[in-house]
Amino acid sequence: MSTTVKEPKAVMTGQDDATSLLPKKLAHSRPLFDREIAGRAVRASFAKLNPVTLLQNPVIFVVEVGAVLTTGFLIRDGFTGAGGVVFSFQIALWLWFTVLFANFAEAMAEARGKAQADSLRKTKTDALAKRVTASGKIEQALSSALRSGDVVVCDAGDLIPGDGDVIDGIATVDESVITGESAPVIRESGGDRSAVTGGTRVLSDHIRIRITSNPGETFLDRMIALVEGAERQKTPNEIALNILIAGLTLIFLLAVITLQPFSAFAVAQAGSGQIPSVAVLVSLLVCLIPTTIGGLLSAIGIAGMDRVMQHNVLAMSGKAVEAAGDVNSLLLDKTGTITLGNRQAVEFLPAPGVTDAELADAAQLSSLADETPEGRSVVILAKEKYSLRGRHIPEDEATFIPFSAYTRMSGVDLQGRQLRKGATEAICKFVIERGGDVPRSFQEMSDRISRSGGTPLAVAEGSRVLGIIHLKDIVKGGMKERIAQLRRMGIRTVMITGDNPLTAAAIAAEAGVDDFLAQATPKDKLEYIRKEQAAGRLVAMTGDGTNDAPALAQADVGLAMNTGTMAAKEAGNMVDLDSNPTKLIEVVAIGKQLLITRGALTTFSIANDIAKYFAIIPAMFMAMYPALGKLNIMGLHTPQSAVLAAVIFNALIIIALVPLALRGVKYRPLDAASLLRRNLLIYGVGGIIAPFPGIWVIDQLLVLLHLA
Amino acid sequence: MTSLGIAQIALFYVLILVCVKPLGAYMATVFEGKRTFLHPALRWLEVLTYKVMGVKPDVEQRWTQYTASLISFSIFGFLIVYLLERAQAYLPFNPQNFGTPNVTPDLAFNTAASFITNTNWQSYSGESTFSYLVQMAGLTVQNFASAAAGIAIAIAVVRGFARQEQRTIGNFWADVTRATVYVLLPLSIISALFLCSQGVIQNLKPYTTVTTVEGAKQTIAQGPVASQEAIKELGTNGGGFFNANSSHPFENPTPLTNMFQMFLIFLIPGALTYTFGRMVGDTRQGWAIFAAFSVMFLIGVFVCYGFEQAGNPILGKLGIQTASTAGQAGGNMEGKEVRFGIANSALFTTVTTDASCGAVNNAHDSLTPIAGLVPMFNIMTGEVIFGGVGAGLYGILLYCIVAVFIAGLMVGRTPEYLGKKIEQKEVKMAMLAIIATAVSILVFSGITSVIPFAKNGYWNAPGAAIANLTNNGPHGFSEILYAYVSATGNNGSAFAGLSANTPWYNLTLGIAMLMGRFLFLIPLLAAAGSLAAKKKIPVTSGTFPTHGPLFVGLLVGTVLIVGALTFFPALSLGPIVEHYLMQSGRIWS
Repeated sequence: MSTTVKEPKAVMTGQDDATSLLPKKLAHSRPLFDREIAGRAVRASFAKLNPVTLLQNPVIFVVEVGAVLTTGFLIRDGFTGAGGVVFSFQIALWLWFTVLFANFAEAMAEARGKAQADSLRKTKTDALAKRVTASGKIEQALSSALRSGDVVVCDAGDLIPGDGDVIDGIATVDESVITGESAPVIRESGGDRSAVTGGTRVLSDHIRIRITSNPGETFLDRMIALVEGAERQKTPNEIALNILIAGLTLIFLLAVITLQPFSAFAVAQAGSGQIPSVAVLVSLLVCLIPTTIGGLLSAIGIAGMDRVMQHNVLAMSGKAVEAAGDVNSLLLDKTGTITLGNRQAVEFLPAPGVTDAELADAAQLSSLADETPEGRSVVILAKEKYSLRGRHIPEDEATFIPFSAYTRMSGVDLQGRQLRKGATEAICKFVIERGGDVPRSFQEMSDRISRSGGTPLAVAEGSRVLGIIHLKDIVKGGMKERIAQLRRMGIRTVMITGDNPLTAAAIAAEAGVDDFLAQATPKDKLEYIRKEQAAGRLVAMTGDGTNDAPALAQADVGLAMNTGTMAAKEAGNMVDLDSNPTKLIEVVAIGKQLLITRGALTTFSIANDIAKYFAIIPAMFMAMYPALGKLNIMGLHTPQSAVLAAVIFNALIIIALVPLALRGVKYRPLDAASLLRRNLLIYGVGGIIAPFPGIWVIDQLLVLLHLA
Repeated sequence: MTSLGIAQIALFYVLILVCVKPLGAYMATVFEGKRTFLHPALRWLEVLTYKVMGVKPDVEQRWTQYTASLISFSIFGFLIVYLLERAQAYLPFNPQNFGTPNVTPDLAFNTAASFITNTNWQSYSGESTFSYLVQMAGLTVQNFASAAAGIAIAIAVVRGFARQEQRTIGNFWADVTRATVYVLLPLSIISALFLCSQGVIQNLKPYTTVTTVEGAKQTIAQGPVASQEAIKELGTNGGGFFNANSSHPFENPTPLTNMFQMFLIFLIPGALTYTFGRMVGDTRQGWAIFAAFSVMFLIGVFVCYGFEQAGNPILGKLGIQTASTAGQAGGNMEGKEVRFGIANSALFTTVTTDASCGAVNNAHDSLTPIAGLVPMFNIMTGEVIFGGVGAGLYGILLYCIVAVFIAGLMVGRTPEYLGKKIEQKEVKMAMLAIIATAVSILVFSGITSVIPFAKNGYWNAPGAAIANLTNNGPHGFSEILYAYVSATGNNGSAFAGLSANTPWYNLTLGIAMLMGRFLFLIPLLAAAGSLAAKKKIPVTSGTFPTHGPLFVGLLVGTVLIVGALTFFPALSLGPIVEHYLMQSGRIWS
């Protein structure tokens, strides 16, 4: 392999590395409670009281029905002058708060998305486009009137009127609207950098664009819809969880409704006490049904999407985020993801009879004009190892020989010295042609480097071989640890590379990946994904080129790079606006975090019920069977204060857990068994214990404030 | 608790434990259609059955076809039993000339529903209602048929987990035939012979009338008892030949037969866990379920035994010795056979209600409140502590689905069990089954607690709802609740104290039994169909582990918490309040 051929990807990644340090407009993490957002959410919580919309959430809908019932009976009792109105009033009030708190959680998540959508929408102005008519003339057209297939031209300073592909020309484009990156990017016809997005601005040059989307369907439109949650569909797991909690709600509804006849029997037998009032029965019901998870479920989903967005990744559906948590195999591109974009010189191996310094000097001189990253790394290595400063060579004293695919070497002719570096075969030929002689050990040295997965770069001066520069792929710092971490999480990593199997195997071993696909063609990738899926695995991959599109579409999670082609972006179900393929790992973590948050709050919600029983059951039946007072293990003051305390705790816990729902449970990359043990302890056992002191404290306060 | 009592409980557990692997492995071989050591002796019977019935054992069925076969099988069984009961006066083997007036349509319905659902709730008293023909050709046949069907369904559900990307879950007719021919028949024959050897009767003679030493005339019932007794326990049916069930000396004469009967009850449910592990290719999974069964069983038995041995403090206050001494059992001996004593009665009570057997060797109505709560709660779990033959396994698999779904999310993956993703369909089906159980128990008990019957009206011959109870106060409530719990859980044991042979109870309990059986297993078969079609996800370190102690704890927790949350309010008005009232010295008439 030649040293100076640049892989296109190498350029791209180099650019990413340079720009990733710049501030990002979208990637900032917003404070949890922004005053304006919170205000909007509060207003929305009331709008969400509409029972038609609330029907989407069966658990909270049941609470609302209970609140209406309690309020109805309260009003009746108010007119008839029945007792216990103060108690019923407080119950009704807290039931309404329960509904509002649940609404607030959802509204909060939505409002955070809306705030982001608004800032995007501001950029969406109706610009005038220069449309090319069939006859080749240019006419003015509103960007909103452009259809897929139209061709437009854009000059420096123009707003690109719609999504499309560059079909002619090259230009620098400011995409900060979408990506938050202020550094301009290059868009050119053909190749993998042809896609442009509506709303971005051409900074220089002149390009011709074929529009690929109709009005209202552009990338920006979709992005706005996604962040607003307008297109939000419930994800499969969310639906399943909804069924579970709706089922539990139904069971508790039965348990509470049948308490009415059971109590009637008990009252008749005991000859004392009375059937619990509607307010008390509704209170028990609301405390038992999983209001915590019911109230927070959709907020968790929206917030999960939002977290992905904060990493500057645009997920096309919540389903994709959920699938990311389930991924079993990660297909990672070697270059730019596992290794730094470029090979680097790591060692000088002098030929027999040549000193290290001599080789280093020649290597540096031959590379001075070589602007490729490999070339620069040679200069740097020589500087670091042998303190050879980069020297300025006057142009007239030296002739730089650029690399050509034909000679497969480059170098410099300097004061009569002919310094060359290049592929081993090419250099040997060069030396022999000049009557020189190549020692056998030189060839062996070169083969040894090849076998180890490195790239040998031979250096010669005239008829004399000087030695070999060992170029090596450098595995990114911390990558090995991350891959090991992924393995602990049960995720296989597969390295995809165009390298030959020998080189690939060496890098794979160094990075510690589980498998690799060498000399990978797009077809190979697709087949590999199909094979993994046939074995029941879920596969995630990144891609940017048009030829990646089939594989991106086949993968369960396809993360397309924003710098890639429109075809790739359409095929994937996520787009990384930073075009950083390593993001895939973060996306997986976010997916897992989303599922863990749901599971944790469900477990917590159900575990809470035990304490509530101990608060309400004795309160309900003490009048008929005083002996049941023994179940009042918390020592709550009165039946009223006990019921009220349980209802208040139930409402407050929703609000208390909103931050957790929005932020997500802290995710630790552990194996499943340790994660389960840990989370069961916190949310299961913790969920059983926590309400006991909580209800007790509220009971104390209620009595202190003479509320019950 | 006495050390001898604990030792007997331990002995019982060890006996079961020893048989899990050999019988479980044998059953796995049977249901995989492979050759076993009994094939030379019994293969002809299997082949003959297929030939006579026109069954093609290798034609696989989808879950819908499997369910349809099961339902037609049950309807057929129902009609046979119903007609035999109603027509017994005109049929042979009726030496006592039991007529039709004894068997009202509602009783016939209740009994037929009871035996096809493996419940064996008995609103009647066997020795004074049914002819030998009804007992043998009707009830005993259904003891085999309903048990075989239960095993078949469990195997079909296991196939749902074991298979991948397949649309079928086996052939119902082949499964039922194999369960009968290779499992139930040989074990029943051996067991019946053993019981006979210990003094259980087996004849077709008319009842014997004897003159007692006091000169009074006494009728001693006879009949083909041993043959029904064996399958009664082995098939976790529980319907006694006599009203007194396993406390009758002709059914259960000695402590040895008592131990043997309990052993038969747990034998197949215990072994099926190993069959399950073998069929899904990981026996650890089976042992995990066995461990969960064991934990819940042992908790139950020691709570029951402990409270029974502690006895009733009210009696203690009256100066009656309740402590166990060398000369007497102490504790609560009310309603118990002296030849069994407290430990073996508490153990039998727990075993029979864990497995949905329902045979009894003591009066559950006479248990102390918390000891009585144990059998009631055992059934409320949905009969998933060993459970009925087959029914226990498919019941616990339902709870595995629920447990994995709730907690499995906490490992950050879509929950999966045995490599199968637990999604919408499975959750929906699991919830449907749990809801059906709760509806049946709570709604019927609720209505029955308050419904105002006209005295001596049609629905309730002896009087108002409460008049059907022999006890007032919370214990009366427990009697109603226990009846519907037992019917819905297809257990069939009675708390007694309830005059159940009235049109209202016969009909509602009959419906409860049908709901408890079919509305529970049909959703499960649907889930099995959906699971069989799925791919198996390979196990990685990111997979929720379902074989270790953590999972066992989670599963036990899920079963107990779901049961407790659903029924705690009802229980608090029954046994729980009764316990506190007993402690405070209150007595009800």
